[in-house]
Amino acid sequence: MDLTRRGFLALTAAAGAGAALGGCGSATPVASTGPVLSGAYTGPPVTIQYWNGFTGGDGPAMRQLVDDFNASQDLITVRMNVVQWAQYYQRVIAAVHAGKGPDVGAMHVEQLATQAARQTITPIEEVVTEIGLDETQYPADVWEAGMYNGSRYGIPFDVHSLGSYANNALLERAGITAQATTGDELEEQLAAMVEAGLEAPPFWMPNRWPSHLMFLSLLWQFGGEPYAEDGSAATFDSDAGVQALTWMASQVDKGFSPPNVAPDSQYTAFKNNEVAYTWDGIWQINDLQATELDWSLAPVPTIGTEPAVWANSHQLVMFKSRQPDDNKLMAGKAFVQFLTENSAAWAAAGMIPARSDARETPEFRDSPQAAVAEAIPSMRFLPTVAAVGEVQAQTLETAVGEAILGIADPAAALAEQAERATALMVGNLRKFER
Amino acid sequence: MSETGLRTATGAGAAAGDADQVKAEPRAPSTAGNNNRDGWLFMAPYLVLFGVFVILPTLFGLWISLHDYDYTLAEKPFVGLDNFTGLLSGDSPFATPFWDGMQATAIFTLGSVPLLLVLPLLVAMAMNLKFRGRNFFRAMYFAPYVLGVAVIAVLWRYLLDTNIGLVNHYLDLVGLSAVTPWLTQLPWAWISLIGVTIWWTLGFNTVIYLAALQDISPELYEAAKMDGATAMQRFTNVTLPGLRPVLLFVTSVTIIASVNMFGQAYLMTQGGPGQETRTAIYQIAETGLTSFNSGVASAMSLIFSVFLSAVSLAVFFLFRERTPNRSKQTALTNQKGGAA
Repeated sequence: MDLTRRGFLALTAAAGAGAALGGCGSATPVASTGPVLSGAYTGPPVTIQYWNGFTGGDGPAMRQLVDDFNASQDLITVRMNVVQWAQYYQRVIAAVHAGKGPDVGAMHVEQLATQAARQTITPIEEVVTEIGLDETQYPADVWEAGMYNGSRYGIPFDVHSLGSYANNALLERAGITAQATTGDELEEQLAAMVEAGLEAPPFWMPNRWPSHLMFLSLLWQFGGEPYAEDGSAATFDSDAGVQALTWMASQVDKGFSPPNVAPDSQYTAFKNNEVAYTWDGIWQINDLQATELDWSLAPVPTIGTEPAVWANSHQLVMFKSRQPDDNKLMAGKAFVQFLTENSAAWAAAGMIPARSDARETPEFRDSPQAAVAEAIPSMRFLPTVAAVGEVQAQTLETAVGEAILGIADPAAALAEQAERATALMVGNLRKFER
Repeated sequence: MSETGLRTATGAGAAAGDADQVKAEPRAPSTAGNNNRDGWLFMAPYLVLFGVFVILPTLFGLWISLHDYDYTLAEKPFVGLDNFTGLLSGDSPFATPFWDGMQATAIFTLGSVPLLLVLPLLVAMAMNLKFRGRNFFRAMYFAPYVLGVAVIAVLWRYLLDTNIGLVNHYLDLVGLSAVTPWLTQLPWAWISLIGVTIWWTLGFNTVIYLAALQDISPELYEAAKMDGATAMQRFTNVTLPGLRPVLLFVTSVTIIASVNMFGQAYLMTQGGPGQETRTAIYQIAETGLTSFNSGVASAMSLIFSVFLSAVSLAVFFLFRERTPNRSKQTALTNQKGGAA
């Protein structure tokens, strides 16, 4: 074909306009789960987009699962896009609203409410039965956590919590053979290690990440709740909260932690064989296994009155789309089904598979996180309140940091930030209700 | 025109002159039109970019600031000036963090700008001397500037770590305090942020100063020396006046860069201790991009830009061209002030 310059320009303009118009099937993303998937996917070959934030030691395990799925059948190709969690949620919202969102994804459970309110994820109540899942296969709390406003938005894939990591060699120098399980025991051990003259204080208290996860665990242990269930108020400044934060700040005063620990310094020091105890997520397991360190993992000790630990769950979700495509939706469901059925392999990521039968397999029983899985009944999740994570980052984390750095009194810091958090949450409620 | 035109025409008394006049008459407006058209055409590429990426977003931002705007929600109700009054009166839950951020920006600007104006000048004057290895040193001072903010911030976040950082480690080796909380307590966090920023951007101002110094004619220094001027007098009477044109540029660019500080605090202190080193830009980004409260964030940005404009105007006023006739100048500025 002989193409003049003018003709070419006109064609390009037309194509551009067509693409722009074609991009918007609907002005807002539409919820749809497509026709019922019975058995295997039988439609035309299709490629679906799968987004997640598994950038750490969990990344290779997920890539393996995706490769296994692609190899297991010929019709569906899953393309995986990995975005750091810190940017994932902003980006996925923008992508879905621009009509360029993925088909399926993984998400933290406390984001489900936010993402549902922001019109990015689809209710998937019927998908659950379609792919042969029901609540008896999951721990009750984890199963419940996938619900928001009476609808299911997420299918639990794993749970991951805070755990207590110990450097066995350093513990042994103070004659300690097992990790502490209570607050008194922990204090005795820490004092013994200071006594034994270790090079560094034994239990570093960071002023930011993951200190707010430690704070939430302790708050629940002392019988408190961080937020009202209905999202109308922040309650982390209760007596339980003050007790929790006071305990954390006191680790510095007692000399168990140096002052001014920056975020992640405590973990770096632990990896460098300097620190005896550190509380961190079980997502660090693969990272630590790559080191020479002699370490062990146990549930977080009970400092307060009842066992409790902050936990989170990766949930599988399906995204809304401005142009729902039945084939992609069916393919997405087939992929979700494959992931849940093969979730035992996810133990390789250092995570605890959510499905109870996957936790009975030998490959999980032998993993380091099996020790933490015993604490599943005491695992606590943030309530499903829209945008609570954003509020928490602006308020609770600030209060915890100020108290640990010693620049504010725990009660005063918590009270000030809880008041702000309540104001923000009331504003959010109003915003998401309309 | 007609009177002068006629007079010349009659004065010349030639038919040719008349003919010229007639020819010139219709051409004049069309040339002006052509000039205008060409001018707009030449400016068009820039104007399109300026319009699409500056004017339109500014107007859109203004519109957003009048709404309770969250782009993920269908309804974005009009709230009038509520976003502004909430911030200005302190009733909004966003007000305290915003004004704290403005204060943090002011602290950083006041701490960094004077140093970023004076230190590079000293360095530039040293680099302007003739000595061996001069080019090596010039490159050394400029080198950090080519690194991105993420690189320098992550680098220094670990170097300055209180407990595991190299800086405190070496301070310990030479017998000084090894527990300085560089990034977690005040005033250290500010000292670190300002210090790192100076280390990072010093080279840029130095290069500008250096170019200006090389432009000052050596004859002026010679003449001053002949008149018996001391080194100090030569500096104040030859060097400084010679630098005045670039001083305006350096000052305003430095102020704008400092006021926009975000990356260093975001990566090195995460706004801490507490939220003390959260600058205004940091707070606006958190409000608008992380928490999706675009309406409030736009209102913050507009308030912020009013302050920034005021500062820029003050700088321009400070460096305005001073003519020898002082009274005329004052009259002119008064007139401008009245008009504004």
